[in-house]
Amino acid sequence: MSQNDVALMAHLMRRAGFGTTRTELEAYVEKGYENVVDDLVHPERGTPIDEDILERYFGSEGGYVGTWIYRMLNSRCPLQEKMALFWHHVFATGLGKNQHILASTNQIDMLRRVGMGKMRDILLELSKDPAMIFWLDNNENRKGEPNENYGRELLELFSLGVGNYTEDDIKNCALAFTGWTFGQPIPLYPHGYYAPPFLFVEEEHDNSEKTFLGHTGNLNGDDIINIIVEQPACARFISRHLYNFFVADEPQVPSWNVTPPQDPDAIETLANAFIASDGDISHVLGILFNADFFKEAQFKKVKSPTELATGILKLIGTFQSGPEPGMNQYASATQLMGQKLLDPPTVEGWHTGKEWIDGGLLTARVNFAVREVSDASKPGIQSIIVRLKDNGNPLSPEAFVESCLEFAGPLLIGDTTRQYLTEFAEANGEINFEDDDAAEENQALLVSMLQLIVASREYQFG
Amino acid sequence: MSTTKKAPVLVVVQLTGGNDFMNTLIPYTSGIYHDSRPVVGIKAEDVIPLEVDDTLGWNPHAAPLKEMFDAGDVAVVQGIGYPDSNRSHFRAMDIWHTCEPLKIGDEGWVGRLVRELDPQSQNVLTCVSFGQGLPRACALSGIPVTSVGDLDNYGLMTSIGDEGQRTKALDVFKKMYSTTVGTGIVMDYLSQTGLDVIKGADELKKAPEMYTSEVEYPQSSIAKSLRDVARVHLADLGTRVFYTQHGGYDNHANEVPAHPRLLKDLTEAIQAFFTDLRAQNASEEIVMYVFTEFGRRIRDNASGTDHGTGGGAFIIGDRVKGGLYSEYPSLDPARWVHGEDLEHTIDFRGIYGTLLEQWMGVDPTHIVGGNFEQIHPFS
Repeated sequence: MSQNDVALMAHLMRRAGFGTTRTELEAYVEKGYENVVDDLVHPERGTPIDEDILERYFGSEGGYVGTWIYRMLNSRCPLQEKMALFWHHVFATGLGKNQHILASTNQIDMLRRVGMGKMRDILLELSKDPAMIFWLDNNENRKGEPNENYGRELLELFSLGVGNYTEDDIKNCALAFTGWTFGQPIPLYPHGYYAPPFLFVEEEHDNSEKTFLGHTGNLNGDDIINIIVEQPACARFISRHLYNFFVADEPQVPSWNVTPPQDPDAIETLANAFIASDGDISHVLGILFNADFFKEAQFKKVKSPTELATGILKLIGTFQSGPEPGMNQYASATQLMGQKLLDPPTVEGWHTGKEWIDGGLLTARVNFAVREVSDASKPGIQSIIVRLKDNGNPLSPEAFVESCLEFAGPLLIGDTTRQYLTEFAEANGEINFEDDDAAEENQALLVSMLQLIVASREYQFG
Repeated sequence: MSTTKKAPVLVVVQLTGGNDFMNTLIPYTSGIYHDSRPVVGIKAEDVIPLEVDDTLGWNPHAAPLKEMFDAGDVAVVQGIGYPDSNRSHFRAMDIWHTCEPLKIGDEGWVGRLVRELDPQSQNVLTCVSFGQGLPRACALSGIPVTSVGDLDNYGLMTSIGDEGQRTKALDVFKKMYSTTVGTGIVMDYLSQTGLDVIKGADELKKAPEMYTSEVEYPQSSIAKSLRDVARVHLADLGTRVFYTQHGGYDNHANEVPAHPRLLKDLTEAIQAFFTDLRAQNASEEIVMYVFTEFGRRIRDNASGTDHGTGGGAFIIGDRVKGGLYSEYPSLDPARWVHGEDLEHTIDFRGIYGTLLEQWMGVDPTHIVGGNFEQIHPFS
C-alpha cells in the first residue's frame, strides 16, 4: 500500500464523502481507486441505513440535522449525502422563513433521492418542492399578479447564471410557473406534523403565449425546465458548481459571469459530459473523480464547517457503530462555524472557500476541533495508540510527529509547521508507547499533538 | 462633557434583503402610492406625519426613529442609489460593499477606510464586525478586521483547562501561524487571521468585564449586536469602525406582518443604543449609518414587493444635523425607471464620501472611486 495511494484515497473520500476512519481508508485502498469511484456513483449498490433504527433513536422531528450528520458519517454511499449537501448549497432554502421543519427536511430527503439523477428531474422536483415554493414565494405567483422571485433565482442561481437570459426571460419564466403552489398541510393537532403537498392550481396559471430563451408558446414550468437543461450555459454553470464544490474553490457565484473559471478545460470536460449524458449528474461525477485535475487538487479547498466537523468525528471514531444520543450538538457546532444546515443565510447559499474563514469563524473551528480530540478514550484515538505501539518503539520526536500526521490525514503540512510540532514533541524526548508505566503521559502527549495538528492552518484545507 | 476630543467612530448597520423605503418613510399624501400598493400600503391615517414635510410620514412601527428625528438626530438620505441599479441581492450588495458597479471588486470600502485609519495595522480592533461571517465591505487583503460571533466567549483553545498547557499550545499556534512565505493567498490570509485572533482576544475580553449599564436593550438580534458595539466602544480599545447586520428585509411576500416587526426591532435597538451611550457620556463621537442594498418595486404584488430601486439611508447621532436630505424620488409614473421603479436622486458613493470626508476626516476619492455629490449633515 503506497503512501501516494493512501493520500489519494483520503483525498477522494474527503471530497466525495466526509472523511474515513483509518480502517475504512485502508479497506478502500485495497479495493482500488477506480472501483471505489464506480461504487460511489452507484449509490443503489450500498445497503441503506436502517430508517427504523434512526427513527427510534433520533425521532422524526427536531433532530434532523444531527441525524443528517449521522448519515454523513455512516452512509454506505457517502457521495449520496455529499450530493444532498451540494444541492443544499446551490438551492439554498432557509428554514427561518417557513419554520415548517418537515417541509425543509423533506426537501433534503428529496435532494438525497434525486440528487444523483438527471438535471431535468432535479429541477422539476425542486420546482414542486413546497419548502422552495414558500421560500421564493411561488405560492404568491398567480396569473395577473406574478411574483418573479422564483423565476429569477431559478435562472440566476439554480441553473444558468447571470448573463444567460434577459429580464424578459425572467418575467416569462415567472409566468410559466404561475399556479405552482402547495396545499395546506392538515393541522398540527391532533395528528402531528404533516408535510404540505405540491399543488398545481389551473385557474391561477397563466396560459398566455410566452417567449423564453427564444422558444414561444403557451409554456408551462416543465417546458421552461426542458429549455433550461438544453442550454450549454446550464451545462457550464452546473459544471462550475461541481468544480467549486468538489475540486477547488472558485470565486463566489455572483462574479461568475465576469470572472472566468480558474481551469476552463476542466469545466469544458465536465460540461461536455453533462451534454453527452443528457444532464446525468452521476455520469459527470464519475468523470470528475477520475480526472487528473481532481486528483491533483489535494488540499486546494477550505473545508466547509460540515466537512471539518465530520472529518474530526471520523478521526475520533465516534458515532460509527450504530446510533447513539448526542448527534444534535454537532448541528450547533457547525452553526457556530458559520454553516447552519437547513438554514443558509440567503438564497445565494453560503459563501465558501476563503469566506469560511474570519476571526470569529476560525476561532469556532479551532475550538471545536481542539475540544473534540481532547479525550484519549475515544475509539479513533485508541486505534492510533494501537498503531503507534506497532510502529517500532521507542519513537523519535520526528517519527512521532510523522505518525500523528499520517493518522490524522494523511495531512500535508509545511516544513515550518512540522518543525514547531517536532520542537513541541522534543520536550518529552523519546516516546515509547509500549511502556505501560508511561501510558497516561503518552496519551496526554498524543492528545496535545493532535490538538495542535487540528488547530493548524493546513488542517483547515481538505 | 468630556474635555478631550475623542476620535470619530462610525457604526454601520446593514439592512440585508432590501428595505422597503417607501414603507419606511411614506409618501402618504400621494394617490399613486395608495393606488400602487393596495396590499402593503400603509393607510394615511396610520402614518406618523412629519412636521418638516407635509407629504411624508413615518411608518408607525418606526416610532423610535421618529422620536430621534424630531430631536434632530437623524439625517434621512432620500432616494439613495446608483445608475442602472442591479436587482440581484448579491450583486447589488456587492456594489454597495465595493463601490464597483461595473466590475467585480474584491476590496470593500470599509476595508479601504481601515487601511487609511491604521496603515500599519497596529490595532486589530480598528474595525470590529459583529454577527456571523465577515461582509465584503470589510474585506481587504492584508487589513485585519476582527469578526466576533460571540463577544462573551471570544478566544482560542478555551477548552484546555490547564492554563499552563493552554499557554504552551497557544505559543505553538502562534508560531505555526506566523510563517507566511508565499504559501498562497488563502494560506496567508489564514495566518494573518489566526494571529489577529490571538491579539484581538486578549483585548476584547476586557469589554464584557468593564461594561455596566442601566439601559435594557430589547430582545432582538440587532439589539444584541448594538449592545456588543456599545460594550466594545466603552472599553476604549481604539475601534473606529463597527459593522453590524440586520437581516430579513426581502419581503416579496407577507410584507404586512414581517416588515413592521423588522422596523420595530431595528428602531428600538438604535434608540436603546444611543440612550446607553448618552448615559455614559460616549455618544458624541459616534455616527451611525443605516443602509440597504435597494428599495423595492413601487407596485406591490399580491402580498409583498419585488426588488426595486430608490432606497433610503439614515445617518444618526448627536453631531448630526437632522432633517431630510436629497429628494424623495418622484412618484410621477412618467419618471419611473423601466416603467416600475423609483429614480434614484443621489449616488450612494457621495454619501460614503460625506461620511468619510466630513466625519472620519479621510479623503474619499480613491475609497469610493471618484468624486460624487455630498450632503452636509453634520453640525
